[in-house]
Amino acid sequence: MRIAVANRLTPYLFMAPAVVIMAIALMYPLGYMIWGSFRDWSPSQTIGEAEFVGLKNYVTLWGDPNFWESLSVTLTFAFFVVTLEMLIGVGLALLLDRNIRGMSVLRTLFILPMMIAPVVVGLMWRYMYHPTVGTFNRMLDSLGLPTVDWLGNHALMSVIIADIWQWTPFIFILALAALQSLPRSALEAARIDGATAWQQIWHIKLPLMMPVLIVTGLLRLIDAFKVLEVILVMTEGGPGLSTEILALRISRTATEFRELGVAAAMSNYLLILLLALTLAMFAFTRLQEARAARIRAAVEEES
Amino acid sequence: MPTIQLDNLIKRYGEVEVLHGIELEMADNEFTVLVGPSGCGKSTTLRMVAGLEDVTEGEIYVDGKPVSHLEPKDRDLAMVFQDYALYPHMNVAQNISFALRLARRPKAEVHAKVKEVADMVGLTDFLHRKPGALSGGQRQRVAMARALAKDSGIFLFDEPLSNLDAKLRGQLRAELALMSQRVEKNMIYVTHDQIEAMTLADRIVVMHGGYIQQQGSPEALFKRPVNKFVAGFLGMPPMNFLNGEIKEEAGDVFVKGNGFSLRLQDEKAQAAKAHRVREVVLGVRPSDLVFDAEAPSDQALTLDVMVSEYVGAQSVLLCQCGADQVTVEMNSETPMALGQTLRFRITPNRVHLFDRESEDAIQSK
Ligand SMILES: Nc1ncnc2c1ncn2[C@@H]1O[C@H](COP(=O)(O)OP(=O)(O)OP(=O)(O)O)[C@@H](O)[C@H]1O
Ligand SMILES: [Mg+2]
Repeated sequence: MRIAVANRLTPYLFMAPAVVIMAIALMYPLGYMIWGSFRDWSPSQTIGEAEFVGLKNYVTLWGDPNFWESLSVTLTFAFFVVTLEMLIGVGLALLLDRNIRGMSVLRTLFILPMMIAPVVVGLMWRYMYHPTVGTFNRMLDSLGLPTVDWLGNHALMSVIIADIWQWTPFIFILALAALQSLPRSALEAARIDGATAWQQIWHIKLPLMMPVLIVTGLLRLIDAFKVLEVILVMTEGGPGLSTEILALRISRTATEFRELGVAAAMSNYLLILLLALTLAMFAFTRLQEARAARIRAAVEEES
Repeated sequence: MPTIQLDNLIKRYGEVEVLHGIELEMADNEFTVLVGPSGCGKSTTLRMVAGLEDVTEGEIYVDGKPVSHLEPKDRDLAMVFQDYALYPHMNVAQNISFALRLARRPKAEVHAKVKEVADMVGLTDFLHRKPGALSGGQRQRVAMARALAKDSGIFLFDEPLSNLDAKLRGQLRAELALMSQRVEKNMIYVTHDQIEAMTLADRIVVMHGGYIQQQGSPEALFKRPVNKFVAGFLGMPPMNFLNGEIKEEAGDVFVKGNGFSLRLQDEKAQAAKAHRVREVVLGVRPSDLVFDAEAPSDQALTLDVMVSEYVGAQSVLLCQCGADQVTVEMNSETPMALGQTLRFRITPNRVHLFDRESEDAIQSK
C-alpha cells in the first residue's frame, strides 16, 4: 500500500524541480505583469504602492490611436514578412532540391543569415541603408539611378526587407527537409503519368508539404509579432510611428512614458494574440493526428 | 502495340558499371519477365526503359524510333512500382484518373474510364478512400488500375507483388495473368520470384551481375539452360549439382563422380564426347529422380535419405550422395523411412552437363 503510493508519487517528485523553476521563472513574472496591468503604476513605486484602477489601462489603450497604429504596423509587418518569406523560402527550396555539385555548400550559405545575432543584423542593415554612404544608395548612385530614402519614407518596407533576408532561410531549410522526405516513387509515378515540372509541384509536392508549411508559417507568424531588436537598432520605431511595432511601443511606454501599468496591459493584448495563434497551431496538429488515427482505425477494422 | 528493342544498353554510376551491354528485343503483345537475384540490374534496366534513369551508352528503340532522349511522359508507357507509389493526398478515383486529368480529357470520359478499370480490378467500393485507408493488396490494385487507365502501349512492373503475403501474391498473380491475356500491351515485368516469372512470362530474361544470361520461353529455359546459373536459378526446389568426370569405356560415355557412375545416352553422349573438357558438373532436377529399386545402376543415383520435408501431396527428400547433398521430389504416398539407402532412376535425357570451369552447358548445338 505504502509502496504503491510512493510509486505513484515518484514521477511528481522528479518533475518537482522543473515545476518550481517554471513557477519562479515564468509564472511569477507573468502573474506580476497581469497584476500590474490593473494598476496605475510608475517605475518609482513598488507594485504595492501603485493604485488599483481595474480595467482602466485596457480601456485607455482601446481608445488610444497610437496603440492602434502600432498594432496595425505590427500586423502589416507580420503579414508581409511571413507571406514573402514563405513564397521565397518555399520557392528556393523547390529550386534547390536537386543533386548538383556544390549544392550542399550553397545550402549552408543560405542559412547563414539566421545565425547572425539580431543586433548585428540591425547594425549591418542600418549601415547599408544609410542615405549617403550606405551600400544601396552608393550602388544606385554609381548606376546613375535616383537614390532611395530607405529608413525615411520607406522605413517599414526597409525593415521588412531586412527581416526577410534574416528569416527566409528558416523557411527554406524546413521546406527543403519536407521536400526531401517526400516519397520519391510517387514523384516518379507523376512523371510517368505525364506531369510537367510545374504540375509536379502544384499537384504533388505542395499538397504533400502542406502540413509542414502550415506549422512553419504559424511559427514564423508568432515570431514576427515579437520582433524587436532589429527594428530597434535600425529605426527605433521611426520616423514618426511608421515602424513602431508593438514590442517597441511596450518598451517605450514603460521607459519613456513611465507607465508600467499600461505597458503591462499592452503586453497582455499581445499575449492574447499570440496565444490565439499558438492554439490555432495546436488545433491544427491535433486535427492531423486525429485524422491519422481515424484512418489507422479504419484500416485495422477491415483487416 | 509497340515493339521494344534494347541495343547494347550500358549503365554506369560514376565509375561503376552496373549493366554491361543489354541486348533485348520484345515483340508485339509480349509479356517479358526480367528475373535474377538481387542487385543484378533488373530495376535499372526497367527504369531506363521508363526514362527514370539516364542511359549511359546504347539506345532504346520503341517501334524502331530511339527514345532515350525522351521524358518518361513522352514514351507512351505506364508503370507499377514495388511500393505502389500512390499519391497519398488523393483518393482512389483521383489516383486512377491523375494522368487523364493532366491530359485534360473530358470529364465524362475520365469518369467512365475510372469506373471501367475500377471494375476490372475490383475497387468500385473504395473509390473515395485515400490510400492510407487501404490494405496492401488494395493499394496494389489501385496502382494497377492507375496504370491501366493510361491506356498506353507499354506496361512496366517493378516487383509489384513482392510486398504482399504469399496467399495474396498467388491470387494477384493469377489476376495479372488473366489481365495480360485480356489487354493488348507490351509488358515488361521485373521480379526475383521465379514462380512469377515462369507463370506469367511469354519470354523470360534471366539476368545476373549486369549481364543477360539467357532469354527464351519458360519451357526452353527450364529444359535447356545455357549455363549452371540459369539451371540453378529456375526450378523449385533447385537443380542438384554433382561434380563428375567424363569417361569413355568401350564406346559408351560415362559421367563418374563420388558415389555414382552414369551412362549418357544419345545426344548427351554425343555432346559430351565432342566437348574436350573432362571435368564437368552433372545437373539433375529433383523432379527427374524417380524412386525405383530395380533401376539399372548406370541410370540411377543411390542416395541415403537424411530428412523428409512433407509439403502435402509432394515431399522433398534431402539425401546424401557421397559427400554432396541431393534433393528429390516425390509423391508423399511412397512408403519410406529415414536413414534408408534407396535407388532413384534418372528420367532418361533429363540430365544436364556443365563445364566445371566456364559453367556453360555442354549440349549439342
Ligand atoms: N544510384 C545508384 N548509385 C550507384 N549504384 C547503384 C545505384 N542504383 C543502383 N545501383 C547498383 O546497380 C546495381 C543494380 O541495381 P538494381 O536496383 O537494378 O538491382 P535489382 O536487380 O533491381 O535488384 P533488386 O531485386 O534488389 O531490386 C546494384 O548493384 C546497385 O548497387
Ligand atoms: Mg529492383
